[in-house]
This record gives sequence, C-alpha cells and structure tokens, in this order.
Amino acid sequence: MTLPLEGLLIVDFSQFVAGPYASLKLGDMGARVIKVENPDGGDLSRRHYLSGTELEGTSTLFHAVNSGKESVSLDLKTHAGRDAALKLAESADVVIQNFRPGVIERLGLGYAELCKSRPGIIFGSISGYGNVGEWAKLPGQDLLAQARSGIMWLSGNAGDGPVPVGLPIADLTAGSNLAQGILGALYRQARTGEGALVETSLLEALVDLQFEFLTTYMNNGEVDPRRAAHGSAHGYLPAPYGVFETANGHIALAMSALEKLSQVEGLEALQRFADPDDPFSRRDDINIVLRGAFAAKPATEWETQLSDAGHWCAQILNWRDMLQSKHFKTLEMLNQTSPRLVNSPLRLDGFRAQRDKLGPKLDANGSEIMREFDL
Amino acid sequence: MPQELPLSGVRVLDFAQFLAGPVAALRLCDLGAEVIKIERPDGGDLCRGMIVNDQRLDGDSLVFHTFNRGKKSVAADLKKPSELEAIKRLIETADVMIHNFRPGVMERIGLGYDTVRGLNPRIVYGAVSGYGTKGPWVKKPGQDLLAQSLSGIAWLSGNEDDGPVPTGYAMLDVATAGNLVQGILACLVRRGTTGMGGLVEVDLMSTAVDMTFEQLTCFLNDENRQPRRHSIGNANPYQPAPYGVYKTADGYIAFAMTPLSKTAELLNAPEIADFSQDQAFEKLDDIKAIVARIFETKPTQVWLDKLEPAGVWCAPVLDWPQFVDTDGFAALDALQTITGSSGATAVTTSCPIRIDGAKTQASKAGPALGADTAELLS
Repeated sequence: MTLPLEGLLIVDFSQFVAGPYASLKLGDMGARVIKVENPDGGDLSRRHYLSGTELEGTSTLFHAVNSGKESVSLDLKTHAGRDAALKLAESADVVIQNFRPGVIERLGLGYAELCKSRPGIIFGSISGYGNVGEWAKLPGQDLLAQARSGIMWLSGNAGDGPVPVGLPIADLTAGSNLAQGILGALYRQARTGEGALVETSLLEALVDLQFEFLTTYMNNGEVDPRRAAHGSAHGYLPAPYGVFETANGHIALAMSALEKLSQVEGLEALQRFADPDDPFSRRDDINIVLRGAFAAKPATEWETQLSDAGHWCAQILNWRDMLQSKHFKTLEMLNQTSPRLVNSPLRLDGFRAQRDKLGPKLDANGSEIMREFDL
Repeated sequence: MPQELPLSGVRVLDFAQFLAGPVAALRLCDLGAEVIKIERPDGGDLCRGMIVNDQRLDGDSLVFHTFNRGKKSVAADLKKPSELEAIKRLIETADVMIHNFRPGVMERIGLGYDTVRGLNPRIVYGAVSGYGTKGPWVKKPGQDLLAQSLSGIAWLSGNEDDGPVPTGYAMLDVATAGNLVQGILACLVRRGTTGMGGLVEVDLMSTAVDMTFEQLTCFLNDENRQPRRHSIGNANPYQPAPYGVYKTADGYIAFAMTPLSKTAELLNAPEIADFSQDQAFEKLDDIKAIVARIFETKPTQVWLDKLEPAGVWCAPVLDWPQFVDTDGFAALDALQTITGSSGATAVTTSCPIRIDGAKTQASKAGPALGADTAELLS
C-alpha cells in the first residue's frame, strides 16, 4: 500500500506547535518533512520542558510533535544561510512557516519570491491573529489567543472566572486547518499546476471552533451563553447535560430526555420538572436534584444502569484509568516502542500510521541534505 | 477570484448527521466541493430539529444551517431497494462519501466500503465513529462530552480542587472533522497518481488522544503520574509558574511563559525572585499565589500597559461582547451572511482557511430536506 503523500517534500521553517503539528500530520501520511532550524539551539520547543520531562536531552513536547522528521540547521541571518534555504525551498512541494507577519518576506523567502523560481509551490502560513489589524504583530501564543477569543467563558461553572482549556487547542486546530488547506491546494495543483498561498491563524481557528455557539449568539441579539451553576458542560444546551459527582467518581450525562430520565430508579425526583420549558429555564434546579441523586451510588453502577436504559453517559476517567481500559488498547493509539509516543489519529486503508521515531537531533541530517540538494 | 477553488468539480455525498461528519463535509464545501446530504425522508438530519434558544431559519434549527450551509439535500429511504439503487447510481458519480453510522450499520444497509468500492473504485470513503470499530466501547454513543470524559481531557482544565471540567464546546467533534478532511484530501491527492480511492477512518477517542499528545507523551514517559492541575488559574497542568489566568482589579489577564526573574522585576515582587527558575514547576502554586495577589491590585489595562512594552506575553481575557467589538476581530473578516430559500438571513462564521489571500464566502443557508432529490436521483 502506498501512503497517500509518498514522494512529497515539505520544507518546514516553523517552530513550537501549530506549524510543526501541520507537518507532523502530512508526515504521518507519507510526506518527507525537513525542518529548517536556526543553528543556535534550533526550534524553541526543544528547550520547552513541560513538567521537566525530557528524552535524549530534548523536551518530550518536541519529540511528540516532530516524530520522524529530518533536521537541517541554517542561519537565515546570513546570506549563505538564506541562499541555501531558498534553494531548499525551491525543491519543495510545500513550504510551511509561522514567523510573525512580514518576517518571511524580509528574509527573501516569501510566497511571491518563491513563485518566481518555483511556480506551483504551495506555501502554508500560520500567524497568531492574521496579517492585518492592530493584533497582527502580537505574539501568536495559544493561551493569549484563547484569552482574546471569548472561549474561556464557555467552560467551567457560572461562579468560576474564565477557564482556559488545559491543552493548546488554538495551536492544534490552526495546525489542522493549515494541513487541510495545503492538501486541498495539492489536489488542485495536480490538476491545474497552480500553486497556492494557504493562510490561517490561531484566532481564526478559535472562531471556527466556537462556530456553533457564536452563530447562535450573533443571531439572538447577542445574548451571552450562560454556564450552569454546577456541572456545566455547554453554554446553551438544556438540562440534563453535564458532569456529576457520584458516591465514587464522576459521571457525564449527555442529551437525555428529562421525562425518560425521571423514570430511572433513583432519579424519580426529576418528575416534578414536567413543563417542556423546564430543561432550559430550570437547568440549575435540575442539576441540583441530579447532584443529590447521583451521590447515592458509585459511577460504575450509574453507568451500567443508565446505559441499559438507553441514556448517553460515561464515567469520567483519568489517564491511568483510560490506559487500563480494555477499549483503549484496541485503538492502538500508543506506539509500543520506547520512549512512548502517540500515534496518528487517522486510519488509512485500515492502517494507523505509527510514530515510532523520535524527533531529530538538531541538524541531524544537515550534511546529507546539503549534498542531496547541492546547498 | 483569479483561480477556481481547490476542490472545484469534486462531488461529496454526506450521509452523516449532527456534528463531526457534516462539519467535515462543510469544510470540503468551503474548499469548493459540491456536497449532497443524503437524508432519511421522515425529518432528515436529526440536527434539523435541534432548536437551541428557539432560533430557526426556514423552519430548521439555526444549528443545522451552521453545519450545513451551502449543501444540497437528497431524501432517500435506504431501506427501500428502489431508493437504495438510486443512491448507488449517485455513488457512482461521487468522489467522496462520508458517514457516521455506528460500526456495522452501513454494511447492513449494503453501503459498506467493500460494496461501494465495487461500485466506484475511485471513491474516497470516510467513516466517523465514537470509539473505532472494535472493543467494548463500540456501542457507546459517539458524543463529544462522553469522549472527553473517557479520554482524561476533563482533568486538564479547571483548578486542582475542581471536579472534572470538560470544555463547554464540541472540541472533539470539530477536531475529528479536521482529521477526516486531512485523510480524505490526502487520498484524493493519491488518486491523482494511482487512480484508486481509499478508506479513511477517524473516531472521537483517537482524536482526543491526538489532541493531548504533548501532555500524554509527558505522562507516558514520566512513570504514568497523573498531572496535577494548578491550584490557581490553571491553564495547562504541565506548564510551570506563572503560566495561567489571573484576576485583576476589574477583570482578568492571561499570562504566558515568562521567566521568574522577569516576573519578579515587572510585578515589583522581590519575593518571587527568591525562587530559582528550577523551582518554577515544583513550587508553582506558591509562586502563582504571589502573582495572583499582585495582579488583583490594579486594572487589566494598567498591567497590559506595563507588561506588553516589556515584551511579556500577556492578554486581557475577553468575553464575546468585548471580542466581537475589537479591531482584531474585525480584521479577521470571520463572518458571513447566509440566506435561506425563504429569504430569511442569518450571520455565521466563515471558513478559517484563506486560499490565495481570499476568504471563501458562502451565501446559501442549509437546504430544505430533499430540495435536490428530483434533480439528482434518477
């Protein structure tokens, strides 16, 4: 079986998470990815230690997002470095970069420049906030983009302050969007020979991620979503929808009809919410009743009882529980090599791409790439 | 528009309902594909009836239009042999199909991948599930909150003393849709050289694992120690102090990676300088408590005026009324107006990908159920 992107060359000038995540995905599907890094330490994420864990002297974060790539270091501040980078980029099918707006053009490696010598190239660009407007020059960092986008007011309970999601969601969704745009452009290029400039930003990704609610908000006279007082999991959906503590552990309940739920043994107290408007207008009262009722039994018992009655629910697991679950093993999402990396989320033609290699050491492939591309 | 959209001429059949599948098809639509929803005649996509806040357009829920703007609709009862045959003829003309039935259902209907590949070897077949195609959770509903709950994601947000905190939006549905689009497009690229289609399978659970891959990789290589959320202003359990969100005198501020020495200097807090940079993780709650006390003394803008010129990564925490009012939001050109067949309009977000410098603009709302049946089914 041929991986879909076999034979494609990606030259990736980006660092940290969003850009490298896009090239990781293209690499999973068979593309060859060459990271171009500054000689002075390379990709900043190499030294960005989360919780102090490292593999082979480089942060685990770096390996997670750069598995299987090659590395060449070039000093773009020198003429020689820029010339070599230009020549390498001209050999590529796709170039990816995430410098702040204007920087790649000043380096002489912008889309217009590359198009002159390499028509048909696909140029993928990620910024924090787009190319124009007063935020364009701000640092494109995940938490700060979350802060500006309104998304922090959608999670947590009504009495909480803003609650960011504890993973780099703007980086990951922007990286995914860039990969999608690049692939769409590659499809067109194969048919028409035309190249493309593909651009996205962290903030656009967050707007897109909130599209369901933001559309609701824009068309309802801008009435804010209201987080539930307890167990909130959605700003606009009616009760019952949320997370509840039980006698042992927590349970999540989604999209059940209240009337049917009130027939479950132990949840009869819900019967007093008989008005069809109650799930919206009395959401907090309903959640209080559910909290009281769920405290009577452990989450495992509730899950069995509710699932058997056709309700949508799940125990809330932590990672240790998840890793021990039988089901998780069937997904084969963890690479079995050591150190352990997470595999591709896609299965293509029934196979999941394995991330069985660490990220490259800085300039690991420098001399062979210099020779191969005559840099 | 100097060039045609990337997927111009591509035909997509969207058998999916609700979120991940239709959102993947929406992205293909925004990139230029013709997308045809195949819906059951009695009511169609369940999402049509999911009325939130009493908001509708042309009788269907606004949420339906948000996910399905610009698509066509064919109504067909796949249990009736004559209608199934008509759909099979439509499949012969398609480049891509997408479904999100539970594992086994499409095979029972007679539209499993092997059958469809026999009808059209060039087709790219995308399948979305909650938890993959085997294992004990296969029959569980493939729903965003439940997959968040099972994947450990609910323990990454919120503070140490909170219970589990899921995100209040369907992050896994949207991310799963993104993964599906990537796989489908890569297979379309491959088809250009091999002439053959492919099978792309995604699920909410694998997407959840992928979205936590940085942190899970730390966990897996750190003796499987459950990450501990910060006690104050947690924004990522694995980030050292002062990373997080803090209350100010009149609002909130987000404060990203900043060395402790610089934090001490700018906040005029010598007690922070007593901690070495090596202690930024181990002593993060102590350090963040000091930072929190100081931020609370002045309004957000005062802090921004002091910190931003010093090159510190920080931002005000905005809510939607504030956000949609900023120049930053206006500069994104992120909104578009869609119009239903009745002439009713609604504002929605546009595709977050710019191709050749232009945003793609859709103008149509979602289709009425079966609006294109007569034209497309023979």
